[in-house]
Amino acid sequence: MMQVSKVNDMVIRFANVNGTGSASANDLFSKAIFRMGIPLSSKNIFPSNIQGLPTWYEVRINENGYLGYSDGVDIMVAVNPQSFAKDVTSVNKGGYFMYDSTKKLHPDLLREDINYIGIPMMQLCMDNYEVPRQQQLFKNIVYIGALAALLQVDLEVIRQIMREMFAKKEKLIPPNIKALELGADYVHKNFSSPLNVKVERRDNVKDQIVMDGNSATALGAIYAGATVAAWYPITPSTSVISSFEKYCKRLRVDAETGRNKFAIVQAEDELAAIGMVIGANWNGARAFTSTSGAGISLMSEFLGLAYFAEIPLVLVNVQRGGPSTGMPTRTQQSDIFICAYASHGDTKQVLLFPSTPADCFEMTIQAFDLADRLQTPVILMSDLDLGMNNHLSPPLKWDDNKQYDLGKVLNKEELDQMKTYGRYLDVDDDGICYRTLPGTHPTKGSFFTRGTSRDEYAKYTEDGATYVRNVERLQKKWETAKSYVPGPAFHQSKSKHAHGVVYFGTSKHSTIEAVEALAKQDLHFDVMQVRAFPFNDEVKKFFDEHDQVFVVEQNRDGQFRSLLVNELELSPNRLFSVLNYDGMPITANKIMKQVKKQMMELRSVSVNL
Amino acid sequence: MTYIKSKIRHPHQPKNKIGFAKEDYEGSLSTLCAGCGHDSISAAVIQACFEMSIEPHRIAKVSGIGCSSKTPTYFLGNSHGFNSVHGRMPSVTTGANMANRDLIYLGVSGDGDTASIGLGQFCHAIRRNLNMTYIVMNNGCYGLTKGQDSATADFGSINKSGTENPFNAIDLAGLALELGATFVGRSFSGDKTQLIPLIKAAVSHKGFAFLDVISPCVTFNNNDGSTKSYDYVRDHIQATSAHEFVPTEKEILVSYPEGSNANVTLHDGSVLQLHKLNSNWNPVDRNMAVNRLQKAKMEGEILTGLLYIDRQSKDLHDVINSVHQPLNSLSKDSLCPGSATLNKINAGFR
Repeated sequence: MMQVSKVNDMVIRFANVNGTGSASANDLFSKAIFRMGIPLSSKNIFPSNIQGLPTWYEVRINENGYLGYSDGVDIMVAVNPQSFAKDVTSVNKGGYFMYDSTKKLHPDLLREDINYIGIPMMQLCMDNYEVPRQQQLFKNIVYIGALAALLQVDLEVIRQIMREMFAKKEKLIPPNIKALELGADYVHKNFSSPLNVKVERRDNVKDQIVMDGNSATALGAIYAGATVAAWYPITPSTSVISSFEKYCKRLRVDAETGRNKFAIVQAEDELAAIGMVIGANWNGARAFTSTSGAGISLMSEFLGLAYFAEIPLVLVNVQRGGPSTGMPTRTQQSDIFICAYASHGDTKQVLLFPSTPADCFEMTIQAFDLADRLQTPVILMSDLDLGMNNHLSPPLKWDDNKQYDLGKVLNKEELDQMKTYGRYLDVDDDGICYRTLPGTHPTKGSFFTRGTSRDEYAKYTEDGATYVRNVERLQKKWETAKSYVPGPAFHQSKSKHAHGVVYFGTSKHSTIEAVEALAKQDLHFDVMQVRAFPFNDEVKKFFDEHDQVFVVEQNRDGQFRSLLVNELELSPNRLFSVLNYDGMPITANKIMKQVKKQMMELRSVSVNL
Repeated sequence: MTYIKSKIRHPHQPKNKIGFAKEDYEGSLSTLCAGCGHDSISAAVIQACFEMSIEPHRIAKVSGIGCSSKTPTYFLGNSHGFNSVHGRMPSVTTGANMANRDLIYLGVSGDGDTASIGLGQFCHAIRRNLNMTYIVMNNGCYGLTKGQDSATADFGSINKSGTENPFNAIDLAGLALELGATFVGRSFSGDKTQLIPLIKAAVSHKGFAFLDVISPCVTFNNNDGSTKSYDYVRDHIQATSAHEFVPTEKEILVSYPEGSNANVTLHDGSVLQLHKLNSNWNPVDRNMAVNRLQKAKMEGEILTGLLYIDRQSKDLHDVINSVHQPLNSLSKDSLCPGSATLNKINAGFR
């Protein structure tokens, strides 16, 4: 039997039933690997359902830090007989299939090219625990113990995490440790361990953290001083607000009065949610909402109002598989168009593209500053993979000297000194005008905010010339925005190659892995990460410097590529789409295959496909 | 009709106790049709705010889309206003109120804006007992799009093109009562002696104050057969009470006859005097209000006045336990937990 030999480089997939407590056991395993200093990332692959359907949890361990989603599984921990057939087929040749051997495995499930490891998980639990619910829960810990023994994970690291986890329920610690050891002991007695696939301590995670993007976004809103959140529940954005609420309760309750320095309103729908956010921002509070999928469509009307009436707002879009209800529990980057040009009429919206939880934190703070500075909506374009999965990330950083940029808002004293005030007078010639907040001054600075055309003094008008002046000023503001939004990041100090690769958001890990692997095959690319829309001159320059550019994105229609072509007036035949839209994150393999195929067509090079 | 507003004012025009003249509460000249009921309501709003001596900038006006939603341009020119999108005034007001609980929120809407496209938001603002005054200028038709029936048009009412309405009307006052609104009143744009005190009481009420004001559309719904024409409403109106609003500080100066009066003390201490026209009228009894509304409807009468008030209610800020100072006034020092806390949070993710 072929056995693959790997150290700190593997993909482990846990096949569970949702609602059985497996998630915390799987997290325990991931945390142990992280504490051993080995980089890893994890993906929850879950159904739109609460209890009883198959769910998978996948961990990629890679000491070199290649943490994108990966094709194939080295070790399958199969705990759900319902999905055995599918699970057996997804194991790589030479890989391992670990299963509950309390019941004999059906002969149909036997493959000759993989290794089987039967652990009588349920039997061990029935022999050692009396309460049925405990038997169920500790079964999860038994397989963690067995897996740890097989891979040579330090059991003491796991025991220590258990002690921390149950610090407030100490009596849970001994039975958990017992279950862990039941699994490990069974392996030691019945198998030769460790396997050829194993882990070894490293010091490769440094000061990094492991967290989900939605929690980081929520913390960003806390640090940015957001006080009002209005929302409507929708997967996968829900945890942005539930995290925000959790942190607000911890960090934003007035110690003296016990009262809340925040207002969270669960709205009746997404239309109302964004309406509330607009009302609050109009009134000078930092307010935000988060949504996904259909929520974006529903919010489009109000996004147009906020664009045209020039009201700041922050919208977090945790993208999922579309169109319509689509694949609500799978990831995509397919809301590029609808967000970039949200709402009827000539509209353009500012977008930010985070790649890591640290980005989610920083870009959320940046989004509030940009929204206030530019007096317009700013949409944080996260996705399910980033938002709901745990990622290795640089730690979150805050500079205590940082001040909020509240933009051009006039106070009472400033109004007192002004002869004339016009809400839409472009006095600084940057397209951004001065706003006033309700309640500022008894006789000066009030104006009527409206979604209709108006003049510089906010008076309703249907005069064509006045309308044109206004929308052309908005265009000027859009140009100004280019100097405020974060520019692209490059993976090289200077462009060196004729071909480029462009990516944004969660395609980061897989793109870098693919490009580095291609370089080993003598296919070289310069790489640019786009971090915001509108695209600034640096983005344009990258296209000027490269003959052909591959655009990596996770949707069917190459929306980002089209946006680049449209906005930068690029020749479309120089831009090639590298796509994935099956609902799972893009893999390095898929990127490499598509790039190589296209390169073959572009020029006759000897490429080993 | 002229669109240039005269700047000439009487030099000795009376001022209210904070030194503002009535003109300080006016807005730009109305562009609605001459004789529109909405203009009378605007005038009542101006008079009410002037008499209540509210600083104009402490009021925020919010509206949706339609003839009625245009009116905030025509009153309170020194107040910030927000003409939002169709049917969404309640959500915008909710957010504004969350940001600054110290301002007075005056929402203006129409029957299309509230009873059709905005019905959901209307219901949920009531449910949350948002502290605001919500005025519906109710003419039973879509004026700006030339007179289509709205959802408040009565069954059998005939519109200007001669078509009889085949659908039942949504009674917004009845709906508000059903949903637990803590202040429900109905009035008629042509009855300013009733309307002005009701607006004042609504503004003083802490919580969701709803006023359904029948306001005839002179152009599209003032014909024979319409149940929202001036003539029809005048012929079928039935008041629960006559009202007089007495602000807190004036209470001792006013003497009023004993006997037929029932006084409702509002949360800020001001008093709404009800001179009852209808014996046994008790505006703190929700069931009675619901029953009387139904009875009036069956008899083809339009019941007006203060239908219901709950003076003990908790508004949304009370429910969510927010701080007393406006959230938009909190500074970075008060909101941002700082780097030391963030380092601890980071440690929790290792």
